[in-house]
Amino acid sequence: MKRTVFRNRWLPYALVAPQVAITIVFFFWPAFDSLRLSLYRASPFGDRLIFIGGGNFVRLLGDPAYFRSAATSFGFSLFVTFIGLALALLLASLANAKIRGLAIYRTLLLWPYGIAPAVAGVIWLFVFHPSFGVLPYLLSFVTAYQFNWFLKGWVALTLIVIAAIWKQFGYNLAFYLAGLQAIPGSVLEAASVDGAGPIRRFFAITFPLLSPVTFFLVTLNMTFAFFDTFGLVHAVTQGGPGDATSILVYRAWKDGFDGLQLGYSAAQSVILMLLVIALTAVQFRYAEKKVTY
Amino acid sequence: MTRSALGVLVAAAVLVAGFPSTTVAATEIQFWHAMTGVLDERVNEITAKFNASQSDYVVKAVNKGSYPETLNAAIAAYRAKQPPHVVQVFEVGTQTMLSSGAVYPVHQLMSDHKFAIDWNDLIGPVKSYYSTGGQLASMAFNSSTPILYYNKDHFKKAGLPDKAPSTWDEVEAMAKKLQAAGVKCPFGSAWPSWVLVENMHAYHDQPFADRSNGFDGLATTLKINGPFGVKMMELLARGAKEGWFTYGGRVNKGEALMTAGECGIFTTSSAYIGNLTRAAEGKFTWGTGFLPRLAGFPQGNSIIGGATLWVMKGAKPGEYKGVAQFFKYLASTENQAWWAGVTGYLPLTNSATKALEASGHYAKNPHQKTAVSQMNSGKTTPNSQGIRLGNFNSVRDAIEEQMENIFSGNKTAKQGLDDAVVKGNEILKEFAALYK
Repeated sequence: MKRTVFRNRWLPYALVAPQVAITIVFFFWPAFDSLRLSLYRASPFGDRLIFIGGGNFVRLLGDPAYFRSAATSFGFSLFVTFIGLALALLLASLANAKIRGLAIYRTLLLWPYGIAPAVAGVIWLFVFHPSFGVLPYLLSFVTAYQFNWFLKGWVALTLIVIAAIWKQFGYNLAFYLAGLQAIPGSVLEAASVDGAGPIRRFFAITFPLLSPVTFFLVTLNMTFAFFDTFGLVHAVTQGGPGDATSILVYRAWKDGFDGLQLGYSAAQSVILMLLVIALTAVQFRYAEKKVTY
Repeated sequence: MTRSALGVLVAAAVLVAGFPSTTVAATEIQFWHAMTGVLDERVNEITAKFNASQSDYVVKAVNKGSYPETLNAAIAAYRAKQPPHVVQVFEVGTQTMLSSGAVYPVHQLMSDHKFAIDWNDLIGPVKSYYSTGGQLASMAFNSSTPILYYNKDHFKKAGLPDKAPSTWDEVEAMAKKLQAAGVKCPFGSAWPSWVLVENMHAYHDQPFADRSNGFDGLATTLKINGPFGVKMMELLARGAKEGWFTYGGRVNKGEALMTAGECGIFTTSSAYIGNLTRAAEGKFTWGTGFLPRLAGFPQGNSIIGGATLWVMKGAKPGEYKGVAQFFKYLASTENQAWWAGVTGYLPLTNSATKALEASGHYAKNPHQKTAVSQMNSGKTTPNSQGIRLGNFNSVRDAIEEQMENIFSGNKTAKQGLDDAVVKGNEILKEFAALYK
């Protein structure tokens, strides 16, 4: 690796300073503030701040609904990550082929990523709406089953999984496309000469060589599903029906923002923070060993 | 961001912060509100009229998003010691504001600045909802109450007479006929907790929470799982199961069904008249009626929703005089009648109601009269003066969550309401612990 040498001692520090400053102001400061606030019962306007130690955590962990919400979150992010990545890889492989109008296909496939989660939610809300949505209308020709996600939890959850996958699709696809194009053609050709069919080639060569991309995308999608999806839930289901789509980040947001229970919400953010740190650590510790760079 | 763009931004920020406008002599009054669409235009209209009527003050009306967003913006600004002078807060935030210590009560503001307003002219339900110790804490602004709407075309199709149902038995019987006639949403409702739980309790003189619904001190216990609440929920659960009640989602989401012309009978805020008038034009005809009553329970009154204007502490004394002057302007009978007439909100004073009556407004817009008549025909009791809970927004959400479990058949009416009470009490006790 080429080693860069700076003649000025302070220049490198000056160059990283803005990034460090941004990280401190926008990440460490709020994170520590949440940590502090999670130990208090705090009034909305800040006139009352009562230290209650682990009281918020006791309240949270004594609530079965919180564990249901955790289970929903894990299920949700697993579905979003694995179905999303499988689909993205499939379409990336197709879009990597030499076909006419490739640039147009690629652009169209990347498009959804430019849409905010809340807007993606509203689009799917219109598609799925039990009364005036296109999909329930079409399904009514096939089955008499009522796909009313206002009352059926699994339908609501499926709906936000689909919307989240769709929203993240372009991003995943872009990375897989780049990854596919970085695979040397000579390796694949050699495999063909040795008699490997397309499926064998994919699993023996392409997929292992894509593993750094996959690893990166799994981490990123899990984090996306855990953190960035509250706009989606907020626009479509508001956590309902019952608490079927009340994922952890949405609960934390709702208790803090709608409910103005700031300490309680901060405690939830702290738990979320720990979960994501743990998730990332586990992935780096174990998954990275299987990754070929 | 490129460095030059950043530089421009910084320079702009310095300019804005460094040079307060010295050319304008008038004192600026910040007014943050949550009115959107047509209502936003009406707010701008009334502030513009006030600004034109005098030269000492300029009221700047700023839309800050939804009600919760507006409240959060005001909280953040207050904590940063830059509060707006006036903020519009929805009714469920009333206790939060009262407890906050961040508020300059409006009756005090007016008497401090020697502006006389006849508070007794305010209609009873509004005065009681927003007063503490008989004194108005915030300036009444936009209030509504739920009423019943029905789609006349669907009624005709189902062979029903052109008349709103007046009891829940009638709602059930008519909704079943509508269902048989192929109407997709025979009966529906928006604001599930506000209309079907909060208002139904008040309307039948049933307690919603302890300590007179929180008017005699901070409430800590919900009362919604009594015989009345259970009976009401069982009725709706049966409707959902049999298909004559269509659940349309939390808060005001259900209105989309009525707006699309799919519902036969519908309950929601009286302030929905404006939207429905526009949506139904040329598509279907509709009528209004009082909220339905459940046989065997006493008469109470429906309660109000909407928002009031709160004056925040932390501004300069000279600026408060402008706020008082603005409120005095808003409170005039002429402006009250105008506001109610163009928005569909309730007229807040008796004299405004009379003015609207005298001008023939109600003869031309009979549906706007329904809510007024409904409230006048009710009985104000400790159970129907209003509901004042800490963190009410969270409590309401907990109730709607369990209503969904009841309507989907996951829980019985009793079980769902019991669970809502447990969760609601936890939220109420947290709030009470904060201000004990």
